[in-house]
Amino acid sequence: MRAFKYSGASDHATAIRVVSANPTAKFLGGGTNLVDLMKEDVMRPSELIEVTRLKYSTIEKKGNGLSIGATATNAATANHELVRDDYPLLSMAILAGASAQIRNMATNAGNLNQRTRCTYFYDVNMPCNKREPGTGCGALHGVNKNHAILGWSEKCVATYPSDMAVALAALNAVVHIEGLNNVTRSIPFGDFHRLPGDHPEIDNNLKHGEFITSIALPANKLAEKSYYLKIRERSSYAFALVSVAAALETNGNKIKDVRIALGGVAHKPWRATVAEQWLTGKEATQANFKAAALAELKNAKPLSQNKYKVRLATTAIIRALEGAMQGGIYGAMEEESMTTNKN
Amino acid sequence: MIVNQVATQVYPQTLAMEEEPKYPDLSEAERKALEELMPDEMSEIISNGIKRRHFLKLFAVTGTSLLAANLLGIEQLMARSAPVEEQAPVLIENSVAISFQINGGTQKLTVDSRMTLLDTLRERLGLTGSKKGCDHGQCGACTVIVDDKRVLSCLTLVATCQDKRVTTIEGLAAGNELHPMQVSFIKHDGFQCGYCTPGQICSAVALMDEAKNGDASYVTANVREKSKSLTLSNEEIKERMSGNICRCGAYPNIVNAIREVHGDKAVAQVWQFADGTI
Repeated sequence: MRAFKYSGASDHATAIRVVSANPTAKFLGGGTNLVDLMKEDVMRPSELIEVTRLKYSTIEKKGNGLSIGATATNAATANHELVRDDYPLLSMAILAGASAQIRNMATNAGNLNQRTRCTYFYDVNMPCNKREPGTGCGALHGVNKNHAILGWSEKCVATYPSDMAVALAALNAVVHIEGLNNVTRSIPFGDFHRLPGDHPEIDNNLKHGEFITSIALPANKLAEKSYYLKIRERSSYAFALVSVAAALETNGNKIKDVRIALGGVAHKPWRATVAEQWLTGKEATQANFKAAALAELKNAKPLSQNKYKVRLATTAIIRALEGAMQGGIYGAMEEESMTTNKN
Repeated sequence: MIVNQVATQVYPQTLAMEEEPKYPDLSEAERKALEELMPDEMSEIISNGIKRRHFLKLFAVTGTSLLAANLLGIEQLMARSAPVEEQAPVLIENSVAISFQINGGTQKLTVDSRMTLLDTLRERLGLTGSKKGCDHGQCGACTVIVDDKRVLSCLTLVATCQDKRVTTIEGLAAGNELHPMQVSFIKHDGFQCGYCTPGQICSAVALMDEAKNGDASYVTANVREKSKSLTLSNEEIKERMSGNICRCGAYPNIVNAIREVHGDKAVAQVWQFADGTI
């Protein structure tokens, strides 16, 4: 690991000032991604300022919705009773990610700030436009079975690994931010992370020195029909090949509001707006779920080794919607895939 | 790793201790373990802590049953971290002065900002129970408990531990009593090579608290249904322990060990060592 200056932030204004003044300084949250990338020499900050002790860990009702503090841990957030009651999709998604130890360390803001990444990004001997712009993308014609099928560019085909963010995308979350001189702004979640385009080195639209203070969740009527389905190569502690956050509000069997977001398929959480529009106002039937999923995946552009993801994502959308309709009970949809794994 | 080399060169703390051997008060169990097994090496162990060669010798001489009988004393001896003599930080770039609680005692150290909690425990404090497996947060061998939560010490910069309470495998026993989870792991053979075991046990101990708090997991049927003091199924235990990899594949025994501590009498096993110890 390269040398860096370290300090603990006494207040957020100081932290923002310190990072703003040094182009290679970083906020340090739980460190589960940043410290690891520093060990690999992928990220090389010259200065870290630790922010987890700042008073931004509160989870509380705000207006009709919920405000989730930036420095609350993923574990505390997933298990907060207001989150479990009103936004079970978020609890399920967080609990699908990483391990208990990592969820105890990782902060909510850190989760959003973790790097979109792939093995080429991690291997400093390989070309990677995200790590070193202009060096090319090793995965584009390389080992790309875990990579993107939607929204990628010639510059980068990596996927964003967060589960939490997939749920936040579906829940229309809003990211609240503070910059220098107490200037605040907010970014709708769909605009927070970026597709790679020509600048895969930039994962999200935070400006250097800007500090996430909280994540707002607007009120919804989706809690009773929410489901997070994660499909991976082992049954726990692995990134998603494909994941789906699905939530519905129905009137009888008619779909009033539907949210679908995909993980593991793109450089950012992929909001399945085509499928959502297709389904709104229609009956909640498997046939309609299938038609909507096919419509969404029609535009998928798989790479040489990940054509399977197109079918997997299609099926996963159908199953996640069915799981949501059945009340988001774990086990209902996993049954078939777990037959060899049951006790 | 460069950090370790620097730390070793700058802090020859064990040398300083050897010149002036001390004989701190020993507990009954510790004295018994030492006197019966290795009276000739007692002073060295007291001043420098137990070393691998002591342990191997002890194992060869005594066989399993006597070793088991004196396990507590040995455990306590291994938990002794010789007090670190703080020296002027030479050659440390970006030094950070920190103070934190470790297994009930306070440690004050000056460290390179790059030092992880794991390297600090192992290289500076002589607490080598926490293991370095992958060093990238993927295996769980370095799991320790910080402020009552299980975390990965390999991804924790020790500079972030200011004023925090760290508990490692060495700090789980209460006086002369092994922690119930330690007893259960021994009883159920919850390990083979033992390398992942300190992390498994720390993780399992924290897991018991999480279950008492009613925390949910990915395999919890309905996260909206909340209750305290959960009874965990095998599937729940496996999911919640998935951050701790066991290369030997001792998983069924690990799950049984945890189930017994969790209150499941059905897994309590019936065999014991010939001399009646666990």
